[in-house]
Amino acid sequence: MGEISKECKVEMLYKMILIRAFEKQAEKLFMKNLVHGTMHLSIGEEAVPVGSIFAAEKTDYIVSTHRGHGHMIAKGGDIRKMFAEFLGKETGYCHGRGGSMHIADFSLGNLGANGVVGAGIPIATGAALALKMKKRKDIVLTFFGDGAANEGAFYESLNMAAIWKLPEVFICENNMYAMSSPVSKFVPTQNISDRASAFGIPGITVDGMDVIAIYEVVREAVKRAREGKGPTFIEAKTYRYRGHSKSDKNLYRTKVEIEEWKKKDPIIRFIKKVTESGEIDDEKIEKIRKDVAKDIEEGVKFALNSPEPSTDALLEYVYAEGGEE
Amino acid sequence: MRVITYKEALREAIMEKMREDKDVFMMGEDIGVYGGAFGLSLGMLEEFGPEHILDTPMSEASFVGVGVGAAIMGMRPIVEIMFSDFLTFGADQIINQAAKLRFMTGGQLKMPLVVRAPQGSGAGAASQHSQNTEAWFLNIPGIKIVAPSNPYDAKGLLKSSIEDNNPIIFLEHKLLYSMKGEVPEKDYRIPLGKSKVVRSGKNITIVATSIMVKRSLEAAEMLEREGIQVEIIDPRTLKPLDINPIVESVKKTHRLLVVYEGCVTGGIGGEIISQVAESEAFLYLDAPPFRLGGVDVPIPYNLNLERKATPQVEDIVSKVKEIVGGDWYARISRDA
Repeated sequence: MGEISKECKVEMLYKMILIRAFEKQAEKLFMKNLVHGTMHLSIGEEAVPVGSIFAAEKTDYIVSTHRGHGHMIAKGGDIRKMFAEFLGKETGYCHGRGGSMHIADFSLGNLGANGVVGAGIPIATGAALALKMKKRKDIVLTFFGDGAANEGAFYESLNMAAIWKLPEVFICENNMYAMSSPVSKFVPTQNISDRASAFGIPGITVDGMDVIAIYEVVREAVKRAREGKGPTFIEAKTYRYRGHSKSDKNLYRTKVEIEEWKKKDPIIRFIKKVTESGEIDDEKIEKIRKDVAKDIEEGVKFALNSPEPSTDALLEYVYAEGGEE
Repeated sequence: MRVITYKEALREAIMEKMREDKDVFMMGEDIGVYGGAFGLSLGMLEEFGPEHILDTPMSEASFVGVGVGAAIMGMRPIVEIMFSDFLTFGADQIINQAAKLRFMTGGQLKMPLVVRAPQGSGAGAASQHSQNTEAWFLNIPGIKIVAPSNPYDAKGLLKSSIEDNNPIIFLEHKLLYSMKGEVPEKDYRIPLGKSKVVRSGKNITIVATSIMVKRSLEAAEMLEREGIQVEIIDPRTLKPLDINPIVESVKKTHRLLVVYEGCVTGGIGGEIISQVAESEAFLYLDAPPFRLGGVDVPIPYNLNLERKATPQVEDIVSKVKEIVGGDWYARISRDA
C-alpha cells in the first residue's frame, strides 16, 4: 500500500461511494417509474472499476460493459450527464439515444459501454492495435464479465492481443453470475484466469472486493502493457448485490449467500483499512459522504430539469457527414 | 486510355490511399505473402510491411471488431473477408457495433471502416462460397453498401469508401476481378450514393447491380438489333440508394426491370421497385415493375444448375421482351 498517496486513497474512496450512491439513486428513479428502459447495477462491485482505473493514467482508455456506471464514474464521468442519459434526456452523454447501457465519453477515454456481452472485447483490442500502430504510449483497459468469458470473441481477441503484444489489460469482473447462471455451472476450472495460460500471457485472480489489491495487480499489468510486453488477464472475483437487471427475481441464489458477500463489502473494508491506519479520519469520510450526497442531488435535479430530445432530430447521428479531413 | 483489370483497379485504390495516408491499413486472412485468396493484395506486403498489411488469424468475429476499435481511434482500416459468405462471422460487429456506435453514443465517434468482401456465383464454389450478401445488410441503418460493376467504378468507389467516415460493406464480384476496362492514371473519385445511367434507351429501364450490369449491357446489344432500346442504370451504391435517376428514367421509358444476382426474395429488387412505386413514376408505368433476381435456392455446384440459379444474358433478353412486348399481361392473367 506504500506507494499510493493519501490524496489518491481519498479520491478512490470518494469514487466508490459516489458509484454506490449513483446506483442507489438510479434505482430510486427506476422505482418511481421515471426510467423508460432498464439498468444493470454494479452495487457491491465498486472496487474493480476504481482499483483498475486508478492504476492507469487519465490519458489511457477503457472499454466498458452493460454494467458500466462504475467504469464511467471512476474514469471521471460527469454524473449529471449520466443521470440525464438514464432519463433519456438531450443533455445526457448520448443525447438520450443510448441510455444507461451505452454511456461513453470519448473525451475522457471511455470508448463506451456495450449492450452485447463480449462485443466490447474485440473493439478494445482494435483500439489497442491503433495505439500501437500510432506509436502512442497509452494503453486500453478492457472490462467484461464472467459471462463474456464464454463468448468466442473473448478467445479470439485474447489470442490476437497476445500474438501482437498489444497494450491492453483484460479485466474480467467475475461477479459469480452470468444473469442467472453461476460460474461453477459454465466454467470448468476454479479460476477463469487459468484460460490466460493458453495464450501464453499472465493470468491473475485477485480479490475483487479489495480495491488496493486490484490496484496493485492492474498497476503491474498496465506497466507491462505500456512497455510493449503485451496483455495481462486479470480476473477480479466480486459480487453484485442487486439482480442482473430489472427483471431479476433472484430465483437462482439465496439471501444467505448475498449477506455473506456483503460482509466483504469493498467500501466498508476500505474505510476500515484507511481509518485504522490513520490515513483518513472519520471527519474526512463524513465530508466525502456529504459531497457525494450533494453531487447526487445536483445530478438528479439537472437530469429532471433537462429537455427531451426533439423528435424532429430522429435521424441525427445515424451517418457521419463528409469524409476524411 | 490505359486499360487494367477490376482487381488491379482495386489494388491501385488501396495502394494509393496507403501511400498518402498512414492511417489506412488492411487486415484479413492470408493477405500478406499469399496475397489474399484472390491475389488482390499481391505485392502490398513488400511495400507496406506486416503492420499495414496485417495477416490475421481465422477469427472474423473478432477481427472485424478489431477494425471497429481501430476505426474509432482514428485509423482507416480496410478489413478483407475472404468470401462474403463469411460476413456471418463478423455480423455482430457489423450490425450491432459498426452500424450503431455513432448513433448510440450521440455522435461521439466516426467509423471509417471498410469491410471488403468478394461475392457472387459462377466459379463452382457451391453454396457457402457463392452468395450475394447485400440483402443481409440492406435494412441496417448506419452502414453503406457499395458494389462496383467495372474497373473504373471499382477504383473510384473504393477510394471514396476509404475516405468516408461511415462503415462500408464493399462487395466485389469474383467473376469481375479479371474484367478489363479503361482506368485513368490520374487521381479521381466516384462519390458514394450516386447512380449512373450507363446506357440510354427509351423502351425500358433496367436497374442492374454488380455483374448484372455487364450482362444487361450484353442483353441490351442483342435487344437493340430487335428494335428494343434499353436504358440501364447502375446504382453503384446500394445503400443509401440514389433513386432519383431511376424515377426519372422510368418516367421516360414507362417500364422497369431490376436485375440482380442475389436471391430474388427480400433483395435489392423489391426495395427499388417499392421506391419507384411510391414515386410519381408510378403514374407513368405501362407495365408492372419486374424483378429478375437469383432463384431462391442455395447456389449449386454443377455448372448447369449454377447458371440456372442466377440471371444470365438470355434470361434478361427474354424478360425484357416479355415486358416490352406485353406478354406479361397474358402471363399474369393466366397465373390469376
